[in-house]
Amino acid sequence: MSKVPGNLRYLKSHEWARLEDDGTITVGISDHAQQSLGDLVFVEAPEPGRRVTAGEACAVVESVKAASDVYSPVTGEVVAGNAELGGQPELINQDPYGTGWIMRIRPDDKAQFSSLLDAAAYEAALAAETH
Amino acid sequence: MREKLIFELSSAGRTATAQFPREKAAVGIPESLRRRQAPMLPEVSELQAVRHFTRLSQLNFSIDTHFYPLGSCTMKYNPKACNQYAMLPEFLGRHPLAPESTGQGLLRCLYELQEMLQEVTGMRGVSLTPMAGAQGEFAGVAMIRAYHDSRNDRDRNEIIVPEAAHGTNPATATMCGCVVREVPCLADGDIDLDALRQVVGPKTAGIMLTNPSTLGVFERRILEVAEIVHGAGGLLYYDGANLNAILGKVRPGDMGFDVIHMNLHKTFSTPHGGGGPGSGAVGVGERLLPFLPVPVVGRDGDRYRWLDEKDLPQSIGRLSAFMGNTGVLLRAYIYMRMLGREGMQRVAEFSTLNANYLMARLRAAGFELAYPERRAGHEFIVTLRREARDFGTTAMDFAKRLLDYGFHAPTTYFPLLVPECLLIEPTETESREELDAFVEAMSAIRQEAQQDPGKLKAAPVTLPVRRLDDVRAAKQLDLAWKAA
Amino acid sequence: MPFIPHTPEDVREMLAAIGASSVDDLFDEIPARLSARPLERIPTALTEMEVGRLMSQRAAGDGRRLNFAGAGAYEHHIPSAVWSIVTRGEFYSAYTPYQAEASQGTLQLLYEYQSMMASLTGMAVSNASLYDGATALAEACLMAVRAHRRSRSQRVLLPAALDPTYRRVLKTIAGNQNLSFDLLPYDPSGGHTTPATLEPYLGDDITALVIQQPNFLGTLEEVDELTDRAHAAGMLVIAVVNPMSLALLKPPGEWGTRGADIVCGEGQPLGVPLSSGGPYFGFMTTRMDHVRQMPGRIVGRTVDMDGKPGFTLTLQAREQHIRRSKATSNICTNQGLLVAAATIYLSLLGPQGLEKVAASCAERSAELVDALTRVPGVRLAFDRSRFHEAVLLLDRPVRDVLEALAARGIVGGVDISGHYPSLGNALLVCATETRSSEDVALYARALSEIMQGVAAA
Repeated sequence: MSKVPGNLRYLKSHEWARLEDDGTITVGISDHAQQSLGDLVFVEAPEPGRRVTAGEACAVVESVKAASDVYSPVTGEVVAGNAELGGQPELINQDPYGTGWIMRIRPDDKAQFSSLLDAAAYEAALAAETH
Repeated sequence: MREKLIFELSSAGRTATAQFPREKAAVGIPESLRRRQAPMLPEVSELQAVRHFTRLSQLNFSIDTHFYPLGSCTMKYNPKACNQYAMLPEFLGRHPLAPESTGQGLLRCLYELQEMLQEVTGMRGVSLTPMAGAQGEFAGVAMIRAYHDSRNDRDRNEIIVPEAAHGTNPATATMCGCVVREVPCLADGDIDLDALRQVVGPKTAGIMLTNPSTLGVFERRILEVAEIVHGAGGLLYYDGANLNAILGKVRPGDMGFDVIHMNLHKTFSTPHGGGGPGSGAVGVGERLLPFLPVPVVGRDGDRYRWLDEKDLPQSIGRLSAFMGNTGVLLRAYIYMRMLGREGMQRVAEFSTLNANYLMARLRAAGFELAYPERRAGHEFIVTLRREARDFGTTAMDFAKRLLDYGFHAPTTYFPLLVPECLLIEPTETESREELDAFVEAMSAIRQEAQQDPGKLKAAPVTLPVRRLDDVRAAKQLDLAWKAA
Repeated sequence: MPFIPHTPEDVREMLAAIGASSVDDLFDEIPARLSARPLERIPTALTEMEVGRLMSQRAAGDGRRLNFAGAGAYEHHIPSAVWSIVTRGEFYSAYTPYQAEASQGTLQLLYEYQSMMASLTGMAVSNASLYDGATALAEACLMAVRAHRRSRSQRVLLPAALDPTYRRVLKTIAGNQNLSFDLLPYDPSGGHTTPATLEPYLGDDITALVIQQPNFLGTLEEVDELTDRAHAAGMLVIAVVNPMSLALLKPPGEWGTRGADIVCGEGQPLGVPLSSGGPYFGFMTTRMDHVRQMPGRIVGRTVDMDGKPGFTLTLQAREQHIRRSKATSNICTNQGLLVAAATIYLSLLGPQGLEKVAASCAERSAELVDALTRVPGVRLAFDRSRFHEAVLLLDRPVRDVLEALAARGIVGGVDISGHYPSLGNALLVCATETRSSEDVALYARALSEIMQGVAAA
C-alpha cells in the first residue's frame, strides 16, 4: 500500500501539494505515482519565474518505461524547482513527500489550495482507480 | 567473449589502403573553413573490419537464423531473389535525378507496383513515397486534413483511435496538428460502437484503425463503424500493420476505408534491416486522390514519368528528398510478382492457419488466451497473468527465457490493455514443426516457472549478455565512445 | 507454393487441431459480403528464374551511364566488404533491437555509428538515424522549437541556397505544426548567404537559422560569422552538412564561438549506392543538453546483471510507443541497414581514407569545372570556394542538353533552372573520386559537340 499523508492535498492525477508558512505551495508526486512509474531516470522541473495555470503540465518525470507530466495544482508563479533532482531523480522514489519535492509555486489565490482533494478523497480516488 | 569496440582495435597509422583513391590531391579550400583535427574514426585493416562486423552480426537473432514470432511486426521470410534482383548494378548506379528517359524500366516496375497495390487493397490511387509506416500514417492523416480544408471544413481536427492503438497513431495525429480521442473496446475485442457514436461529431476528422485490430481479432462490425464515421463527416484510415492477415481475402477499400498505408517491410516481405529501411506506401479512395504525396509514377501511352506538384496541385507535397525508398519498392515488386494473383490470398490463409493452430496448441498446453472465444487473425494474445500470480513470473521473464530456448520473443506488454501479455504472430512462412517446437518450449518454460522461477528471472543465460541495466543506461548516459 | 512450407497433410492435421473443417472456416468472423473478388490486375506468379529474367531485362534497358549529377545524392566508390556484410541475414533480416540480449550485434554497431558521427560532426551525441536528409532537417526544425525554451515564434530562417527540395519537404512535414519559414537571399556573385542578410531579423524572435555547408549551389558559406550572429540574436543554429565534406571542412561543432546546436544531413555518401533515390539515411547529432529533445532511436552502453558491458536502446520515454501523442516524433522504423553500411564504410576508410576521398572529389570537381567552362556557351555561375559541385550557366535550355548527353551515355548534371529562375539556364554538376580525367574529357568533348549542334535559344 502506498502512503498518503493526511496533512497534504492532492490531485486525481497524483500530485501532492503542501501549503508552506510563507504562502507558497510545494508540489510533488504521490507515493503511488512513484511506485507505478518505477525507477525514475530524469526529472524536468520548471524554471523559476514561469507563470502556470491550474491543471497545466509544467514538469515531466521519466522512468525507463514511462514518462508522465506533472500538473500544477494552482495558478501562480513558479518560485523554485528542485535542483537536486537533476543529478538524483531517485530522490522521488526514496522520499516522494520530502526531498523528492519537484517545484514551489506562489499561488495567485490561496483559496485554490483548499479546493484540492484531501487525503481521504485521494485515497478513495486511488481505490476507484485500482478496481 | 565480448566483441571489442572497433575503436579498441584501432592503431594509429593502420589503413585499408585498397579502399582509397590512389592520389593525394591538393585542395583549394580556405584555411578558415578547413577541419583542424581528424575525426575519431577507426584505423583498422580490411580483415579486422570484416571480422569485427561479421562477428557482430553473429550476436543477432534474425529471421534467417531464428523463429521470430514478433506480434504486429510480420517477421516472415525475406526471399533472397528480391534482394538479388533489386540490387542489379543498373538500379544501384542510377542517379535519382537522371532523365526519366534513362529509367523507363525502373519506372515501369514502380508503376506496376502502384497498380498491384491498388488492386489488392481496393484503392483508387497509390503513392510509394513514404519511407516507413509512420511516414505513411503521416501522409494519410495529412491527406484527411487537406481534404477537409479543401471543403472549407476547417474545424475537423479530431482523430479517433481505439485505446489499443499503436503509439504511432496518436503521435502522428499530433504531428499533423490534430488531437486524439480514444474509444474503448468491448470485452470481446470489438470497438464499443455506443462509445464511438458519442465521440464522433462536427470536429471529427477521421478514425485510425487496424483490422484485424491490435488485439488480433477481426473487427466484425467494421461496416457499422464506417457508417458512423462517414455519417459524422469523418474519413476512415486503415493502418496496414496487420494487412498480412487479410491479404487477397478482404480489401480495406471494400470495408469502407478512404485511405490506407501499407508496411511493405511487413506484408510484402522486404527486410527489416535491424530497424529499417521500411516503406509505407499509401493508397486512397476517390475522395483523396488529388491529395496524394508526390512524386507518383504516371503513364502517357508507353512512357512512364514522375508526376509532381504541377500535375497534382492539391497534393500534400513531398515527403522525401527524392522518391522514397526505391530499393525497398523494387524488393516488394519482385515479391508480388513471384507470389502472383494466386499467391496473395495464400498469405492470408496460411498466416491465419498458423496463428490459429499455434493458438489452439498453446491453449491445449494450458495457456490462457486473451480472447478465447474469437478466431485469431494472423496473430493472437496469450496472457500470463495466472503464471504471474501463481509463480511470480512475468511475461518479460517468459520472453527472456524463450531466447535461451532459441526463439525470438513475441511482442511483450503490447497491447497495454491485456495484463502480462505476449502478442504472437507466426507468419505463413513457418513450418508446422517450428510451431510445435515453440509450443514445447513454452510448456517447458511454464514447468520451470512452477518448479524454479529463478531460472526465468535469471534468463537469458546463453546469450552474449544477460539482462541489461536499463536504468543505468538512461541515467548515466553513455552514447558515444571516447578515447580513455 | 512459394515460401509456404505446408504439405496437404500438415493442413489437414492443423485444421483438426484447431477444430475447423476448412481454411475458409478460419475467416468466418468476416462479413461474407466483404469477400474479395479475383485480383485481375495482378499477373499470375513468376518463378525465380522468370522474375530474374524480367528484372534483368528492365535493368539492361535502363543501362548504365557516366554520372555527373549530385544535388544531394553522390556517387562514391563503395568497398566490396560493405554490402557483402550488410546483406548477411543476421543484419538484413533482424528487427529493431527491442530484445537487447538477442540484438547485441545491431546495438553495438549503432553505438559505434553514433560515436563516429558525433566525432565527424563535432557534437556530443548522435541518434541511430532518420529517413533521409530532407526529413532529418524537418525533424531538426521541430526539435529546435522544443529545445528553444525562450522562443515562442516557431519561425525558422532558411537560406535560398538551401536545397529547394528540402524546403518543400519542410513545408509538408513541419507546416502542419505551425512552423513558418523566412527565406534569406543568396549573394548573386558568390552564391552564398552573406551574414548581412540576417540584419532584418536581428530584433525579432526567431527560433533557428539553418545553414547548409556546402550549400545547394555548391559554394561554401561563412559558417563562423553566420553562427555567431545567429547566436547573438538568440537563435539556435541548425547545420545541414554533407558528411563526406567533413573530412575537409570544419565540423559544425566548431562553427563560430559556440558551434552549431543541431547537425543533420543526408548520410548516403557514406557507403550507400545511388539506388535510384533510396533507401538512404538521415543523420542527426546535437549537444548533450538537447538529447531529450532529439527524435529517433538512441543506443546507450550499460552493463548486464553480471556487470558485463552491453548495449541497449535508451531514452525511450521520448518515443511514440511510450509518449504517444506527446512523443518527440512518430518515427520508429528508421534506416538501420543503411547505418550498418555507413559504419562499415567509415571503418574501412578511417580518417586518412575519408580525407583522401574528399580531397579527390574536390580535385576532380575543379578539373571538371575547368574543362566544361572552356566549352563555348558555358560559364561558371559563382566565383567562390566550393567542395565538389558547381553551377554552370548555359546559353540554351539545360533540359535539351541533358537529353542529348543522356543519349550519349552521360548524365550531365541536374537542371536547376526551375528552382532558380533568376539564374537562367542553370546546370548543377558534380564530380567525385569515381570520375577519372578520361571521364571528364569525355564529358567536355560531348558537351562541346552538343553545344555546337543544338540550336541556341
